[in-house]
Amino acid sequence: MNKVLRWTWSLVLWEILCGLGITLRYFFRPKATINYPFEKNPTSARFRGEHALRRYPNGEERCIACKLCEAVCPAQAITIEAEPREDGSRRTTRYDIDMVKCIYCGLCEEACPVDAIVEGPNFEFATETREELLYDKQKLLANGDRWEPELAKRLELDAPYR
Amino acid sequence: MTPFWATDIGILILSIVKTLALVVPLLIGVAYLTYFERKVMGAIQLRKGPNVVGPFGLWQPFADALKMLMKETIIPTGADKLLFVLAPMITFGLAIIAWAVIPVNNGWGIANINVGVLYLFAISSLGVYGVIIAGWASNSKYAFLGALRSAAQMVSYEVSMGFVIVTVLILAGSLNLNAIVLAQKHLWFAVPLFPLFVIFFISSLAETNRAPFDLAEGESEIVAGFFVEYSAMSFALFFLGEYANMILISGMTTTLFLGGWLSPVPFLPSGVLWFLLKVLICLFVFVWVRATLPRLRYDQLMALGWKVFLPISLVYLVAVAGVMEYAGWLPNA
Repeated sequence: MNKVLRWTWSLVLWEILCGLGITLRYFFRPKATINYPFEKNPTSARFRGEHALRRYPNGEERCIACKLCEAVCPAQAITIEAEPREDGSRRTTRYDIDMVKCIYCGLCEEACPVDAIVEGPNFEFATETREELLYDKQKLLANGDRWEPELAKRLELDAPYR
Repeated sequence: MTPFWATDIGILILSIVKTLALVVPLLIGVAYLTYFERKVMGAIQLRKGPNVVGPFGLWQPFADALKMLMKETIIPTGADKLLFVLAPMITFGLAIIAWAVIPVNNGWGIANINVGVLYLFAISSLGVYGVIIAGWASNSKYAFLGALRSAAQMVSYEVSMGFVIVTVLILAGSLNLNAIVLAQKHLWFAVPLFPLFVIFFISSLAETNRAPFDLAEGESEIVAGFFVEYSAMSFALFFLGEYANMILISGMTTTLFLGGWLSPVPFLPSGVLWFLLKVLICLFVFVWVRATLPRLRYDQLMALGWKVFLPISLVYLVAVAGVMEYAGWLPNA
C-alpha cells in the first residue's frame, strides 16, 4: 500500500477498533485475582520463608553449634557464639539472624547437618520497626515450636529429592 | 394573590431545590465513577478491582473520600497561596456549573436558556484556567510543564470541537439544548454526522485530559502534571473535577448526538433513565479506551488535532451546510 492509501485507511481507526475488541474480550474473561488475605497461593515444600530452629521430639534443641550455616551464609546474616553446656554437650549461647540482611537463599538450611535451622512456609512476618527483624535464638526456637508440624511435613515431602 | 412558587422568594427556593436535586446525584455519580473506572479497568486487566470495603466494594468511594479529608493540605513554600487554593475550586466549580443547562429530561434543565450550547462551550473553555493557575501557582517545573501541555492541548481540540458543534447546530437550527434533543426525534445526529461524532468523542477525550491524551498528567514522564504539588482535599477537588468533566462531556455527547432522553426503541417511553443509560455507555467507552490505548507523543497529539480533525470537521461543516441549503432542509429557513 502506498502512503496516501495507508493514511486514508488509518482514518477508519481499524487498528484501534481491533485493540478495543481485544480489551473487550478480556473484560469478560475470568479474573486471575487471588483475594490475598482471605485466599493464598499454594507454596512449594521448598518454599524459603521465615527461619526457625527445630528441636528433637524430646525437647532437646537440634543445633550443635557447628557454625556451618554461619560460614556458608553469603550475606553474613548469621552470628553464632557457643560453649560447652554443663552436661558436656556443645550448644549455642547465641544464635542471631539478621532478617534484614538475609537474602533467603536457603544455604543455611542446606548446610545444616542436623536439620536444625530451616526456612519455613511463613512469609507474613512484617514488623513495624527494623529492630524486631533482628531475630535471636529465643525467637527462632519459638518459631520452630510454632511451625514444627508443618516443618516436619515439608522436610518429609522434600526428602526423596535431597 | 400569586402562588408562593411564583413570588421572588419562592422562585429562589425552587431553584435551590432543583439545583440540589441535580448536584447531589451528580456528586454521588462522580464518586461512583471512580469506583466504576477501577472495576472496569480491573476487569479488562483480569483483576477484580475494589471488592473488600462493603458489598462488592461499594463503600470504596466513601472510604477514599474520608481518607482525603483526613490528610493534611500541604502548600509549598514557593507557591502563590491564594491562586494555589483557588485553582482546584475553579476546576471543580466549572465542572459542576456547566450542568445547569444539560436537559436530563424534556424541560428538566435547570436553566433552559436559548444559548445553551454557547454557555457549555464557554464554561468548558474556562476549565483551562484552573489547570494553568494550578500549574503556575505551584511554582514547580513539573506542574508548569503539565499546565502548558494541558493548555495547548485543550485549546487545540476546542477548535475542531467547535466546528463539530456548529454542524450540529445547522442540523438542529437552535442553540437551545432542549430543542437540539427534540430535533433528533426521528434520527439521532450521530447517524448522519458519524465521522463528526467520532471526532467529537476523541476530542472530548483530549478535552478532559483522559488517556490516550493524558499528557498533562503523564504519570510516567512528569509525575502527575499540573497537580503534582496538591494534596488532600485540594487534590481531591482536581480529581473529582476531572471525573465531573467526564460525566459532563458524556452528557454533552448524549445531548448533541445520541438523542438525549429520547428512547431509541419505538414502544418504550422516553425519560431520564435513557439519558442516564446513554451517559453510562459513553463513560464505559471512556474507561475502555483508557484501558486499551497507550499515551500519544506530544507532536502526534498536535498533528492529530490540527492536521486531521480540523480539516475534516471544516470540510464536513461546509458540505453539510451546502447540502442543507441546496436541498432546502434548513430547519428555520
